[in-house]
Parts: sequence; C-alpha cells; structure tokens
Amino acid sequence: MFFTSYEFMAFLFVLLFLYYCVPKKCQWQLLLAASYLFYFMAGADYLIYILLTTSSTYFAAGMIEENRKKQDAYLSRYKAELSREERKVYKERQKRVRRRRLVACLLLNLGVLAVVKYANFAISGANDILRMAGGEGGISYLTLAIPLGISFYTFQAAGYLIDVYRGVFPAEQNPFRFALFVSFFPQLIQGPISRFHDLSRTLYEQRRFHGKTVCLGLQRILWGYFKKMVVADRILAGVSTITSDTAAYSGAYIFAGMIFYTVELYADFTGGIDITIGIAQTMGITVQENFIRPYFATSLKEYWRRWHISMCSWFRDYVFYPVSISGWMKTISRFFRKRIGEKMGKRIPVYLSSFLVWTATGIWHGASWNFVFWGISNWAVLMVSEELEPCYERFQTRFALKGNMPYKVFQVARTFLFVCVLNLFDCYASLADTFGMIVSMFTADNWHVLWDGSLLKLGLTQLDYAILALGVWILFLVSYSQRSGSVRDKIARLAYPLRFCVWYGLFLAVLLLGAYGIGYDKSQFIYNQF
Amino acid sequence: MEEIKRKLLEILEDMHPGSDMESCRNLVSGGMLDSFDVVSLIAEMNDEFEVSVSADKIVPENFDSVDAMCRMVLELMDEET
Repeated sequence: MFFTSYEFMAFLFVLLFLYYCVPKKCQWQLLLAASYLFYFMAGADYLIYILLTTSSTYFAAGMIEENRKKQDAYLSRYKAELSREERKVYKERQKRVRRRRLVACLLLNLGVLAVVKYANFAISGANDILRMAGGEGGISYLTLAIPLGISFYTFQAAGYLIDVYRGVFPAEQNPFRFALFVSFFPQLIQGPISRFHDLSRTLYEQRRFHGKTVCLGLQRILWGYFKKMVVADRILAGVSTITSDTAAYSGAYIFAGMIFYTVELYADFTGGIDITIGIAQTMGITVQENFIRPYFATSLKEYWRRWHISMCSWFRDYVFYPVSISGWMKTISRFFRKRIGEKMGKRIPVYLSSFLVWTATGIWHGASWNFVFWGISNWAVLMVSEELEPCYERFQTRFALKGNMPYKVFQVARTFLFVCVLNLFDCYASLADTFGMIVSMFTADNWHVLWDGSLLKLGLTQLDYAILALGVWILFLVSYSQRSGSVRDKIARLAYPLRFCVWYGLFLAVLLLGAYGIGYDKSQFIYNQF
Repeated sequence: MEEIKRKLLEILEDMHPGSDMESCRNLVSGGMLDSFDVVSLIAEMNDEFEVSVSADKIVPENFDSVDAMCRMVLELMDEET
C-alpha cells in the first residue's frame, strides 16, 4: 500500500476517525492493529520476519533486565559482606551474561537481515571467485523477497536492545506495547529509525481530539505530497531515461541526470518523512525530524549531520563509538603511536572505526559494490577534509573568508555538486558503468544538449520543466526560510485569507500539478528499497 | 577537581584553538564537538586520568560542558579505585 495511493488515504482517514472514537485507553492497541494490518497488506509472508524480530528482542531485553535486577538485589543483600573487589568481579560476571544475551539476539536479527538482503550478493561474489578459479560458479540464487522496511525495524529494535543493555531505560514489560514500537506503520516504509525513549514519550499517550494538532499533521502530510507527487514523481521520467541507457546518454546528459536525481532523492525522501511525521502528528505522536536543510550544508561533514539524521546517529551511537573506544582499538592505537608518532597514532581509531561505519552504511543502503564504494568514497572525503581542516582554517583567515557570503555560496554549491556525483553510484547497476558515466562528463563534448532542446526528449515536456522549476523554487524558498524557524508557524501568523490561500493553493498544486494521468504509475519511495 | 578541569581545558583548547570552551554549555549538542572530537577526547582522558569511558557514558549530558566532563572523570576515577 503506497502512501500516495487512494487505498492508503482511505485507510488513514478511517484510522483517524476510529482513533478518536475508541476509548482512549484502547488508542495504542488500535494503532498496533492498524500497523499489523498495514504490514499484512504489504505481504502476509513478511509478518513472520517482523514477529521474529519483535519477539526475540522483547525476550532478550526482558532477560537482560531480569539479570540486572538480580544483580542489584544480590549486591544490596550482601552489601556488608562483599569487599569492593568482590563486588566488581560479580558485576563483571553479570555484565558478561547480559552481553551474551545481547549478542545472541543481535546476531539472530542481523543474521535474518543479512540472509534476506545480502545472501544473493554474497552468492554472486562466490560465483565470481569460483569462475576466476576455473570452476563453473553455479551456486543457485535464493528467491527470498525482502520484507517491507526490514532494515529500518531491525535497526530500531537493535537500538532498543543495546539501550536496555546499557541501562539507558528499563525494558518494556508489555509485549504488545513493544510490538507497536517496532511496527508503528508510518515509519515502516522509510524510517526514521526512532529511539524508544523518544517515540515512547508520545506513542502510548491517551488523547482527546484536538483540531489544531490534526490540522498541523494534515498540513505536514500535504507538504510531503507536494514534494513527492509534484517534484519527485514528475522528474522521475527524466532520471529513468538517462540512467537506463548508458550507450545513448553520456557526458552532459549525465550532468543533467545527476542533478535531476539529487532533486528527486531529496523530494522523495524528505517528502516521505514529512508524510510520516504528519501522520503521526495527526494522532498527537511526535516522530523525530530526519533532515535539517541538507542541501545548504557547506561541507560533506555538515551534510551528513543534516541528512538522514536518524540513520547517521544510529551508526554513530551503536557502531562508531563502541568500536573506536574498544579495547582492541586501543591496542591498535598504541601500536601505531609507537611507530608513526603520538598525534597520528591517536587518530587511527577514528579512521578505522569510521571506515567500518561508512562501509556498513553503504551496505545498509543496498547489496551491491556500488553502495560499498559509495560508502568508502564518503569516508575518504571526510577523512581528507578532517586532515586538511587546519589548512582551510588558515586559508579562510588569511583571505578573510569567514562569514563571507559569496564564499559560503561557493561552499554550498561545491558540497551539492559533490553529493550529486556520489549519488550517481545509486543510479547505475555496476561500478564500471558509474565510473564510465562520471568520466564521460569530462570527456564527451555534448554540452550543447543542455540548451538545444535535447532535454525535451527525455520523457519530460516543456510543461513538466515549468512545473518542476516552480516546485524546486518553492522547495528552495521554504528551505531557505526555515533558517529563521518553522515555516508553518510563520504561515500560521498570517491573516486568515492569506493562510487559506497558502494551504488551499498547496492542495490545488498537489491535485493539479501532481504526476498523474494516463500512463502514470505511482511510484514507491526510493528509500523503501533500502 | 580544578586540576582535572585545567587538563581538560588544555586538551579542548588544543583541539579547537581560540574557542571559548570553558563557558560553553552545549559543546556536543551545539555541534562544537563532533563525534571525532569526542573519541579523541576519550583517548586523552584515558591517557591523562587513566579512566576508561564506556559507550553508555557517551551522551551529551556528560560532554556538553567542561564541568560535566570533570564530574564524569571523577566518577570513573572513583569507580576504578
């Protein structure tokens, strides 16, 4: 069931009606039933996966919690009898028990994710190796469908379990409440990857109907539809045409295609998250923001603080920090400090851990070498930038560039173009094609296609370009205005007729300018495939 | 406490010369210290004070100000002795 389908809209309005009609103590149970219905409609077979993740995580968290309580009770009972050293030894032993439970559950759930998502990638690699060794390389591929949102809910459940292990909060005792946290339907398709202590603050609350809250949620949903249907779905034809035929489209076409795709990705992903946040808001539930005007970033490092925030913070908190401060990383650091000096040696854990994180981030996005290379490219640029930071500082101070507006515009444009190039790895099936297309931008002499009318033969008409120009301009204006606070709040302060015009205008824009009509095939969100 | 604070300020000043680290109350949540800085800082804490900071301690509340870092270091020193 697509967010942009009529079935989904009907589903949402019936749910909203019921949500405010049922007794308040049953509201979260209704949400759980709706989430499972939503998931069932996506594919009945997928239910087994989400049930497995939910039940295993619930029981593992319960066992970790039980062990912690047992430890606290023991220590308090024998407080007088135990020496400080004995208490420490006992605590360490219990911690090892908890760690075993944590690791077993993580291995199970990440293992399931690995099998359904990456088994064929591994088989393909194994076949290549066998062929190179002179064999046939005929290992059969698995025919497993990837369950809807498995990367998102697996990571969300894993984050919850690690937090319980760390003692950030106690384990949820009610299995159904926990099941709702894992399966909450608005974020199943493309996240964000919520944290339990954030989402649970509002997920289970009892609520009375409040017109303003529902209205705010609907406004956010409408804005998401505008991005998705007016911009992302309309530009999709141009992106598909350019990227589907590497022989016909190269050089300047690739330049146009990478800009188109970067616009599409932004409108699609942020639009989907707007719809997710808006749906939750209509029910008074707060889902965390996942973007802070990413294309206004002045460096790649800043871009990754603004784009897909929930995924980046997940990798930071659950992979980067534990790995970079781990015992074996300290050993590696000591080894290098003796050989290459104190300063560089201390940086080795950061380099190695972030390499691991970016490789994992790439693999998380998809089972292909393109994504692996995409992750490693991000890592390489971030590390080089990090090392060159003192040079930038000196350069900017020497030429008084700090706070200089034209220089800032240059930095934003440079970062945007760099992100566009990296996004090309997402567009082609193989590394060879991707590199071929990147190189062609510098070698092919066909820049005239940008103004001789060739771009009108990509499945986009003049009207499409006019609508896209308007849509992108509105996205830019809204994003720019967000520098000084919420645009919705600013609109809310306008006189009623103006406010009415803005929201009614947006509604009409979605209705009249959205990509529908004969031959239109409503598309799923890009991040759904991840 | 004062000695630990002085050392921490030295480390932070070395990381970001010229920044006002002493009075800032949102070093991590305000973005002045990023994840790379936090890891480097933990390595320095490990060297200077011989304390081992575990991943569950890496929360903004423990790194948002020099005073908060001091409190955490003291707590860890107390646990480890």
